[in-house]
Amino acid sequence: MRHLLRTPAGLAGTTLVALMVILAIAGPPIWGAEAERIDPAVILQGASAAHPLGTDNLGRDILARVLVAGRLSLFLALLATLIGAIGGTVLGALPAVLPRRPARLVTGTVNALVAFPGLLLAMFTAVIAGLGARGAVLGIGVAIAPGFARLTQTLAASVAGADYVSAARMLGVPRRRIMTRHVLPNIAEPLILNLTQALGGALLGLAGMSFLGLGVQPPSFDWGRLLFDGFGRIYSTPAVALGPAVAVALAGIGFNLLGDVLARAASRTAVPAGKAAPQAASMPGELDAPDPEAVLEVRDLTVTFPGGVTPVRGLSLTVAPGEIVGLVGESGSGKSLTASAIGGLVPYPGEVSAARLRLCGTDLGELPEQERRKLLGTSLAMVFQDPMASLNPALRVGGQLAEVATVHQGASRAEARTRAVDRLGHVRIPEPERRARQHPHELSGGMRQRAVIAMGLMGTPRLIIADEPTTALDVTVQRQILRLLREVTGESGAATLFISHDIAVVGELCHRVVVMYAGRVVEELPVEKLASGAAHPYTRALVASLPDMDTDRSLPLASIPGHQPSPAELGPGCAFAARCELATGRCAERPPLIPYGKAHQVACWEAS
Amino acid sequence: MAGTSRLPAGGRLLAGRVLPGRARGAFVLRHLVRFVISLAALLVASFAMIHLIPGDPVRASLGPAAPVELIAARRAALGLDQPLLSQLVSYVRNVLGGEFGTSFLSGEPVGEVIAARLPNTLVLALLATVVALLVAVPLGMWAGVRTENGRNRGTEATFTSATGAAVAVPEFLYSIALVTVFAIGLGWFPPAGRGGPESYVLPILALAIAPAAMIARISRVETLRELGTDYVRLARAKRLPAARLYVRHLLPNTLTATLTVGGLLLTSLIAESVLVEYVFAWPGLGLRVVESITQKDYPVAQGVILVYGVIVLTVNLLVDLLLGVLDPTSALKES
Repeated sequence: MRHLLRTPAGLAGTTLVALMVILAIAGPPIWGAEAERIDPAVILQGASAAHPLGTDNLGRDILARVLVAGRLSLFLALLATLIGAIGGTVLGALPAVLPRRPARLVTGTVNALVAFPGLLLAMFTAVIAGLGARGAVLGIGVAIAPGFARLTQTLAASVAGADYVSAARMLGVPRRRIMTRHVLPNIAEPLILNLTQALGGALLGLAGMSFLGLGVQPPSFDWGRLLFDGFGRIYSTPAVALGPAVAVALAGIGFNLLGDVLARAASRTAVPAGKAAPQAASMPGELDAPDPEAVLEVRDLTVTFPGGVTPVRGLSLTVAPGEIVGLVGESGSGKSLTASAIGGLVPYPGEVSAARLRLCGTDLGELPEQERRKLLGTSLAMVFQDPMASLNPALRVGGQLAEVATVHQGASRAEARTRAVDRLGHVRIPEPERRARQHPHELSGGMRQRAVIAMGLMGTPRLIIADEPTTALDVTVQRQILRLLREVTGESGAATLFISHDIAVVGELCHRVVVMYAGRVVEELPVEKLASGAAHPYTRALVASLPDMDTDRSLPLASIPGHQPSPAELGPGCAFAARCELATGRCAERPPLIPYGKAHQVACWEAS
Repeated sequence: MAGTSRLPAGGRLLAGRVLPGRARGAFVLRHLVRFVISLAALLVASFAMIHLIPGDPVRASLGPAAPVELIAARRAALGLDQPLLSQLVSYVRNVLGGEFGTSFLSGEPVGEVIAARLPNTLVLALLATVVALLVAVPLGMWAGVRTENGRNRGTEATFTSATGAAVAVPEFLYSIALVTVFAIGLGWFPPAGRGGPESYVLPILALAIAPAAMIARISRVETLRELGTDYVRLARAKRLPAARLYVRHLLPNTLTATLTVGGLLLTSLIAESVLVEYVFAWPGLGLRVVESITQKDYPVAQGVILVYGVIVLTVNLLVDLLLGVLDPTSALKES
């Protein structure tokens, strides 16, 4: 109940509906007599102190009538909703019980009726049932039913695959029994929650029918009928239409807001809100002088999310031109987020801080926005994991490449197109002219990934960040993409930061390997040392877990016991200690990343 | 018709995608067959409408005091003295030939009434749909971008409650409010009737507000979904200008669901316009159908409701076919 009141919408909806219910109960006893009191002395008056909303053609007080009419309005709406909900639920459940052909007929009819506007169905029914409250209630009920039937079908279909329904079916439980015993009880809650919205709809629909003169007839009156009476006098005394109009509007808004919240509550799982307290950035140590040659230079990069979650902590990395650096780690080690941070793409509410973040010898933090966009747009190429997802399905491949040149390099459309075709050919896409005119889905997965790489080559890339670029591809295609990346790096002199969880691929492609664990670099080493010279127990375990030709297939594959701690559960010590065979008491203190031979650094007490 | 009422499932608009010829043919054929079946069902329903009225519709419309000869003559003119099946056959034949009978009240042929009034209704509904789409799609996108990943909670709360409230107010209340403020109060627009362009403003607004709020909500949700995709990440990595990112990359991918709803909306607007026409005394079909129902002028009610039904079926067919062209995956999934 409390979540209803937490949002302004829920609060407003609950309050309005509660007021309506109170009005329906208390209205007639309090104001009933006044609403019916005929006073020939004051007929057809406008607003006055005695009659705030004026009087009708018999001198009855309109405010009192509005307050009294709430009961009939709500009652009729409730009736129509019940008719619609019961009829609709039965109609929606029938196909599950009937033989095949009649079931299809029912489904088809429901589908056809859902498409018909409710008012049309209501008018159709009202013609048959005749003018008056009965016809209008039936009509609105009929208008509501198809929606409920559809909802029942959808919900029933979602439950039909559940294990307990399958089990009942296997046991030979009759279909009608499955429907009544297993399906309906499980979809009752969302159906009931939708009643609120249906009730709001019915109330408005009935008001509309009465307003048109097709609903409640005198001497009965609901809000729609009062509006009908008042509308004729709107030019002379607008107040008389105002009361019923406001009443209908408030009721409609109340039920709709409440219904919205209830419907959402039915589908929502509780998500605890994180405490928004960004942690202080890690303390930067003494900064060395920037390396003018480096393509990428990162010092103490930290990514923080609200609640003190820090998936990347104090990461430092230098990449030289032409170098292919592998960034390895399990999922959740922060490697992809590191890539996003370098590209300035960390999603809100993440916060990035770094003691230094230089691309192509320029400090990104000091660059004006315009120039930074251009630098990142042309010098940094990104390749993501799923090539289908990273190309826009609605746009032609050529156009997506060309826009880099038109936006950042001021190329004309024709120039940009030519260059796009050229680049597509460069990554060995056959018939680049034709492919450029196609949409992404017409290309194979490997070709799409080539196209994404070609997109990166549209500018003058100095750094290519490839985030698991081969994970979503076939093994044979993976090879081709890896070869392409290596060629592109060799030709353009650009560097590549290759992010992967696959240490075998990294060993094959990269010059240098950076191993991440729980948001930190634990080891950095030349690729030649990977196989036998790794110093960190985690790196060694990763390498050991790789099967090779000599692996004894009769033994289970080596794996690392335990799991990587999530960023929220990190303690002050070495994050790997809990899974480490060599761990000692000293590991309660975090080991710094220290040099360990040539071009080799490691963060482990046991390594030194 | 399964496709028409398909909820906006969040398909993508893949402009220019083409189905293989045979699949496309089968898709179109299937929808045409459904259309024809629905049309037949609609004809039977509208025929049955008169017969389902309890008692005698002729006596009901002429009143208890009507002379017996008149009632007999009226019954004969309507063919009510014939066997049911032959009545149905001649009804269908007449309707297909554009013969909808004559009004009990005015004696006009119902076909002429419809021909004279239908355009006024269609213009109103079409313009309202266009206005709603033009306002709501950018508004929803803007809200989506502003509230991405839960930022600007204030904007989100305001947007959700405002659109939620706007959806909940029925068009006849908007009509009354607009008339009271802008026609009677300020005198900027005529309060009723169809005249120059200024007479269109209030009816169109009254019809468009609630649908616009609804479309804006859908557009926002679609935008939020697309913002999370890799292609948007890549487009952001390319550092495209905001306008290009949102209009060229995002918009086309949010349109499928929006247009599906837009199509359904057009059909419901044609029906909802009944109330707006009533308030603005707009000379469309709606005003006439209300008169005919209250005065038991059954031939007119029957004819107009049939026409409404045919419009609904036609618009739904067109939306389905259009979506089949724009988003072939949904068309293929259906089969």
